[in-house]
Amino acid sequence: MTDTPAVEARNTVKTYGVGASAVNALDDVSITIAKGEFFTLLGPSGCGKTTLLRCIAGFETPTSGAILLSGRDITATPPNARPVNTVFQSYALFPHLTVAANIAFGLQMLGKSRAEVAQTVERVLALVRLESFADRLPQQLSGGQQQRVALARALAPAPQVLLLDEPLSALDLKLRKEMQSELKRLQTETGITFVFVTHDQEEALTMSNRIGVMSAGRLLQVGTPREIYDRPRNRFVADFIGETNFLVGTVVPGGVRLATGDTLAVPLNGHSGEVTLTVRPEQIRIAADGTGGTIPARVTQTTYFGTDTHYHLQLGDGSALVARLQSRAGGDDAHAQGDAVGVQIDAGTLQVLGE
Amino acid sequence: MRAKTHRRSKGLNGWLLSLPALVLLLIAASGPLLIVVIYSFLEPGDYSGVRWTFSTDAWFRILFQRDIFDGTVSLADANLSIFWRSVKLSLATTLIAFVLGLPTAWFIATRTPAARAVWLFLITIPFWTNLLIRTFAIMEVIRNQGLMNTALINLGLIETPIQVLYTDTAVLIGMAYVYLPLMVLPLFAAIDRFDFKLIEAGYDLYASRMGVLRRVVLPIIRPGIVAGCILVFVPSLGAYVTPRVLGGGKNMMIGNFIELQFGQGQNWPLGSALSMVLLIVVLAALLIYTRVSSRDDPNG
Amino acid sequence: MARRRSFDVTRLPGFTAIAILAFVLLYAPIVTLVIYSFNGSSSVNLWGGFSLQWYRIAFENEAVQSAAVRSFVIAASASMIATTVATLAALGTTRRGKFPGQTIIYVMINQPLMVPEIVTAVALLIFFASIKIATGYTGLGYLILAHSAFCVPFAYLPIRARLEGMDSAMETAAADLYASPVQTFRHITLPLLMPGVLAGAMLAFVISLDDVIITEFVKSAGQDTLPTYMLGQLRRALTPEVNAISTVLLAVTIVILTAFFLMTRKRD
Repeated sequence: MTDTPAVEARNTVKTYGVGASAVNALDDVSITIAKGEFFTLLGPSGCGKTTLLRCIAGFETPTSGAILLSGRDITATPPNARPVNTVFQSYALFPHLTVAANIAFGLQMLGKSRAEVAQTVERVLALVRLESFADRLPQQLSGGQQQRVALARALAPAPQVLLLDEPLSALDLKLRKEMQSELKRLQTETGITFVFVTHDQEEALTMSNRIGVMSAGRLLQVGTPREIYDRPRNRFVADFIGETNFLVGTVVPGGVRLATGDTLAVPLNGHSGEVTLTVRPEQIRIAADGTGGTIPARVTQTTYFGTDTHYHLQLGDGSALVARLQSRAGGDDAHAQGDAVGVQIDAGTLQVLGE
Repeated sequence: MRAKTHRRSKGLNGWLLSLPALVLLLIAASGPLLIVVIYSFLEPGDYSGVRWTFSTDAWFRILFQRDIFDGTVSLADANLSIFWRSVKLSLATTLIAFVLGLPTAWFIATRTPAARAVWLFLITIPFWTNLLIRTFAIMEVIRNQGLMNTALINLGLIETPIQVLYTDTAVLIGMAYVYLPLMVLPLFAAIDRFDFKLIEAGYDLYASRMGVLRRVVLPIIRPGIVAGCILVFVPSLGAYVTPRVLGGGKNMMIGNFIELQFGQGQNWPLGSALSMVLLIVVLAALLIYTRVSSRDDPNG
Repeated sequence: MARRRSFDVTRLPGFTAIAILAFVLLYAPIVTLVIYSFNGSSSVNLWGGFSLQWYRIAFENEAVQSAAVRSFVIAASASMIATTVATLAALGTTRRGKFPGQTIIYVMINQPLMVPEIVTAVALLIFFASIKIATGYTGLGYLILAHSAFCVPFAYLPIRARLEGMDSAMETAAADLYASPVQTFRHITLPLLMPGVLAGAMLAFVISLDDVIITEFVKSAGQDTLPTYMLGQLRRALTPEVNAISTVLLAVTIVILTAFFLMTRKRD
C-alpha cells in the first residue's frame, strides 16, 4: 500500500494584480508533504510561503494548479469545510470568548455534542498545560500563554494538518526556544502533520523533518535540514541558510580551477564552464604558510566571538574567505592580522552551485 | 477570471448592504436637494409655494433689484449687507476660535495620557451639548442683567449695562463660543501626531520659542489648522439658531434670510436659490479642504 | 536655593494661560445656566435661594411633557433606524477592498455632515409640504424619517471605526474553525462589533435629541420637541423653566456621552 501524502500542491500559481502590474506570489509550486511530517516552509518575507499556507488553508484560491488533502482535491473547498486548522501569526484569539470557549469554538461549529466538546477542551488544555486558565479572557494572558491557546484551539478539532504561520515570531528569544521544543513535543504526541512557516533558518533547522526553501514565489529546494545545510543546490539557499563562502572557478579535468591557479577536486555533478563553489566557514582549516595542498592566503581581520573566532582571509586573486575556528582557551588568536597562511579545504565539504 | 468575478461580487455585496442607508438618505437628504434646485427656477406662488413657470428671477434677485416704477436695475444693498455680515462674522468667528483653540489643543496634547483623556472629554461635552442650550447659556451671560454686566457694574467699571445682546458682537461671541470645540478637536488630532523631537531639533538649531512655533510647529500641523478653520467657518456661514437667538431678528445672517423667504417673505424660489448659493460656497470650501489635506498629509 | 526647572520643549509662551481661559469661557455659561435652574426667585435676574420649583413647573407643564415624550420617541426611533442601516452600510463598505462606486456611497452617507443644516431643512420643508398635501398624512413619520437620515453618518462613523479596528484574522480564524459565513457573523463579527453599534446608536440618539433647525422646518402644527419648544419660549418672557429643561437635557447628554466614552475606550 502506498501512503497518500497528507498535503500536495500541484503546479500552484497565485497571481495578484492584472496586466503589467501582475505579481506571481506563487510561481508554479509543486510540493508533497507526507503524513505525520513536520514540514517547514522557509524563506524571506514576501517569498510566497504564507501565500502557499493560505492556499492550503483555503483563505486564498490559487490562480491555477491544485491543492490536495489526503489525495482529495480541495482547491475549490471553502476553508470552513477543510479538515485543516491554522495557528495564526497574530494568534487571532476571539477577544470576547474565554480560553475554553475559544478552544471549544471549532468543535461546536462541527456540531459535536456538549459532552464531547467539554471533554476535548479539557484534554487539549492539559496538552498545552493551561488547565487553570480555562475561564480567562485572551487579553488577560501573557504572549506565551496566548500562543498556547492558539495552538490548543487549532489542535482541538484534531485536524489532518496543522498549519502554523510564523507562530513564534511575536515571542522573545527565551520563550521562543521553549515553544520550539513544546511544538516538537506536541507534534510527536499528536502525530498530526505540521506545516510550519518561518523566516528563521535556525528555527527551521532545529524543528523540521524536512524544509522547503522558497524565494520570489518559487520553491528552490526541498530536503532534510542536513541536506539543505550541507548540500545547498543554489546560491540563494546556500546564502540564506547559515553563513557561507563563495568561490568562483572554471571546470577543468579533475576539478575546478580557481583564479589563483589552484585546482580543487570537487564532484562536478555535470556542471561545466564557470561555476560558483560554496564552503561553510567551519569547514575551512588554516595551516602554516606553504603547507602542501593548501591555497596561500593572508589574514586581513580577526573577530572574536567567544566560543569561536572568525578569520577573514584574502587569496592571491583578491577573493575573500571567512574561516571559523574554535577559540583557543586562555591564549591569543592562532593567527594574527597580516599573517601569511595556507588555506585547507576538503573536497567533500565543497559544493558546486547551480543557478 | 475567478478573481474578476470575485471582485464584482464584492462590489455587489457592498452596494446591497449599503442600499437601505442610501434609500433613506435619498428620500430624506439628497433627493429633496434636487427639488430645491428646481424650485429656484420657478416663480413664487401668490400666497406661498411656487407657480410652475420657468424663471431665473430668483437667481437675479439674489444680487439685484428692479425699481418697481421705472424698471431700472440696481444692486440689492439689503441682500449684500446680509451676505457681507455672514462672511465677516464667519471669518471673525474662525479667527477667534483659532486664537483660543490652538493653545487649548496644544495644552491637551501635551498632558499625560490619563489627564489628556479627561481634558478631551471636557472639550467633547460642550461639543455634543445642544446648540440651543449653549446659545441660551451665552445669552444668559451677555444680556443686560446677565452675569457679565452685573459683574462689571458691581466692580464699578461701568454704571449702565453695555448693550451686547441683539448686536453683531453678540452673534460673534455666540458663534465663537458654540463652534470652539470644532476648532480644538482637529487641531488636537494634528498636534497629537506631532513628533516633539522636532521641537528639540529646532531649539538645538538655535530657534527661539516663537521661531519654533512659527517655523516648525505651525507648518507641520497645517492640515489640522485647515481642518479646524473649515469646520468652524462652514457651520458659521450657515448658522441659523445662534444669530436668531442672539441677533434678535434684526441682525440676520444668510441662514435667517433663507428662513425668511419661507416664512413672512413668502418667496420660495428666492429661498431656494439662496440655499443653493450657500450650498455651493460650503461645498467649495470643503473641496479646497480635501485638496489641501490630501496634499499636506504626510501619512498619505 | 533657587528652584531649577528643566527646559520643557512642550511649553510655548502663554499657551497654558489661554487654554485655561478657554476652558473657563466654555464652562462658565453652562455652569451659570445650571445654577440658575435652581433659582428660588421668580425673576431670572435675582438669586432667591436654592429651589426645585422650576423643575416642578416644567414637569407639570403639559406642553413640556408632550414635547419631552415626542423628543424621546423621535430620538429612539431615528437612532434605531439609523443604526440599523448604518451597520449594514459599514459592513458593506469596510474591509472588503475598493469596489466600483464606493466613493459615491461614502459621499451619500456623509452628505448630512457636509450640507448646511438650513439647506437640508429647507429642502425637506418643500418636499414634505407637497407630500403632506398629496397624502393628507401629517404625523410624526416625517420627523422620524428626517432625523433617521441625518443621524446615519453619526451612527456609521463609530461602527466603521470599530470594524476597521477589528482584526480580519478573527473571521479568517472562525472560517478555519469550521464556521460558515453566517455562523461567523453571528458568533464572531456581531459580538465584536456590538460596542461600535451601541456607540453609534448613542451618538445618533444625542444628535436627534439636540436637533433644532430641521425639526423646526419639518414639524407640523403641535409637533414641538423639547428644543423647538425652548426656541419658541425664548421669544416670550424668559423664565428659569427653560434653564431647568436645558439642565435635564444636558444631564441626559452627559450620561450618554460618558457611557459612550467608556464603551469606545481602548481596553489595554
